[in-house]
Amino acid sequence: MYRYDEFDHRLVAERVQQFRGQVGRRLSGELSEEEFRPLRLMNGLYLQLHAYMLRIAIPYGTLSARQLRMLATIARRYDKGYGHFTTRQNLQFNWVKLAEVPDLLADLARVEMHAMQTSGNCIRNVTADHLAGVAADEIEDSRIWAEIIRQWSTLHPEFSFLPRKFKVAVTGSPRDRAAIAVHDIGIRVVRNGAGEVGFAILVGGGQGRTPVIGTWIRDFLPRAELLNYLEAILRVYNLLGRRDNLYKARIKILVNAVGADAFRAMVEAEWATIRGGALALPEAEIARIRAYFAPPAYRALPTVDLASAVRDARDPAFAAWARTNVHPHKVAGYAAVTVSLKPHGGVPGDMTAEQMDALADLAERFSFGEIRATHEQNLVLADVEQAALPDLWRALGAAGLATANAGLLTDIICCPGLDYCNLANARSIPISQRIGQRFDDLARLHDIGPLKIKISGCINACGHHHVGHIGILGVEKHGAEAYQVSLGGSGDENAALGEIVGPSFSADAVVDAVETIVATYVGTRTADETFLDTYRRVGLKPFKEALYAAH
Amino acid sequence: MTANRLSDGAVVYFDAAGGWSLNFAEAATVSDRVAAEALLDRAMPAVKARLIIEPYLMEVALDTDGWRPTRERERIRAAGPTVRRDLGKQAEGFGFKG
Repeated sequence: MYRYDEFDHRLVAERVQQFRGQVGRRLSGELSEEEFRPLRLMNGLYLQLHAYMLRIAIPYGTLSARQLRMLATIARRYDKGYGHFTTRQNLQFNWVKLAEVPDLLADLARVEMHAMQTSGNCIRNVTADHLAGVAADEIEDSRIWAEIIRQWSTLHPEFSFLPRKFKVAVTGSPRDRAAIAVHDIGIRVVRNGAGEVGFAILVGGGQGRTPVIGTWIRDFLPRAELLNYLEAILRVYNLLGRRDNLYKARIKILVNAVGADAFRAMVEAEWATIRGGALALPEAEIARIRAYFAPPAYRALPTVDLASAVRDARDPAFAAWARTNVHPHKVAGYAAVTVSLKPHGGVPGDMTAEQMDALADLAERFSFGEIRATHEQNLVLADVEQAALPDLWRALGAAGLATANAGLLTDIICCPGLDYCNLANARSIPISQRIGQRFDDLARLHDIGPLKIKISGCINACGHHHVGHIGILGVEKHGAEAYQVSLGGSGDENAALGEIVGPSFSADAVVDAVETIVATYVGTRTADETFLDTYRRVGLKPFKEALYAAH
Repeated sequence: MTANRLSDGAVVYFDAAGGWSLNFAEAATVSDRVAAEALLDRAMPAVKARLIIEPYLMEVALDTDGWRPTRERERIRAAGPTVRRDLGKQAEGFGFKG
């Protein structure tokens, strides 16, 4: 994985010192809250309902065992013994104290981590496919490009005060596991007719109160021009994006206002002025970054057919876990493993310090000491020998990390909601907990098959409800929590926005509504149809009728 | 009137003695708009003294158990996360119950 060079080290160390001074001046009264707020937000420090929350950047979700151990230490030393993995592959601590944050950041810097650009109107932490480097269908490791973008965007002076926040995601595969269609810029590594590797570029996707699936503006961008082209997009947005209305400030609003063709023309015109210029990537530099993501020292192992090995496993509990949580790997004899952070009845994405330490040990024992965070709030061990899967499964189980539900109904994306968040209108975690308890029967869960539920506690959509197969949005209605349900959303390569089924449900009724939706699907599906297949075939109507039949 | 403490973000309430309490049960209440606006002025010294940030008024209603925040958001601020009863005010012995 990437290791800091002298510039990274100096930059992060300087930032810790600057923030130490800023916190000191705030506590001594030299800075007012109005002066201090933008400074703390530039360092990922929010004020939430009960305490300050610190959001830590995990570039493209990749962590070393050493870094995960430091996060465990920080959870114990500065927080209440746990952290929360987010939908942007970041980690949040919920209970930090202002005066202690500079020491916390200094500890973090010791393992090459920081909290910069996890807030504010800048280019945020770049996300990527959590199976980067190991997926069989991959053209190229997306982390190489995410790292190049990270270096370019870090403290970029021209783009530190954009009209609004800006999110970039990269996938190296045709299959999209990084939800690129709902990012301000989505990048897909592609090969052109001549066999050259380059990028397809999508702009103006996003969720929030105005959900939009992004528009492709370029089918093929030569590799060397990646940063020049991104610079051109950002420049057009920075000049023309609205600054008068918070709700109309994202690039998706601009693209919609001027039209995709006009937007593309402006980007291409800007690109023409800088093409081949200072940001053109030399092959040697690409090779230097690529070397950081060179494959680990795999052993030569016999090819094993994963599906038949799982079928033949004698322990049905292991087989159930392997069926959903183990993924094919491009190297013979290896597999990638989803470490579920979705125990039934637990808090999606939460992880205790003890679990972090345990997983750091397991990563070293089984997966070359590397861990990835996924945007679906799980973790991945990407390079596990297939023969070691039963041992890993037992060890994960002992740490409470082996729930056999990856990609199934209880593998829910869920924002912190009104239990923690200052912006939320309704709680989201208790809904996911009750769904987990209701669908606790593993055989039933596996029979229902792939089904993504995503829950947000407000219109800002941190819980990705717009792209949930079943999306649940918490609202406040006459002073009480209520939940709007949508169906048919998807965040993958066939991205779609969900359609709202009808009037909202009370907190008591919403789990029953999910049950009704699932029953309607099970009663309607043909042999091999997934929930989404069935929905796309039959549409909203049968679900709507079943849900509102009694009214 | 409620705010967050500058040092750690903890939820605090303006009390009858003119200080700031962690305990919702000790919050001062007023019953009309004029008195409420006056209350906001009384938060300014604590803001200037860097004790609290972002003070605002919250609505409460009297029921059989006493005063109760009318909004779920304020009930959760007064108690702690409902999904972690072992954390926050509720775990420290002065969380709002109800």
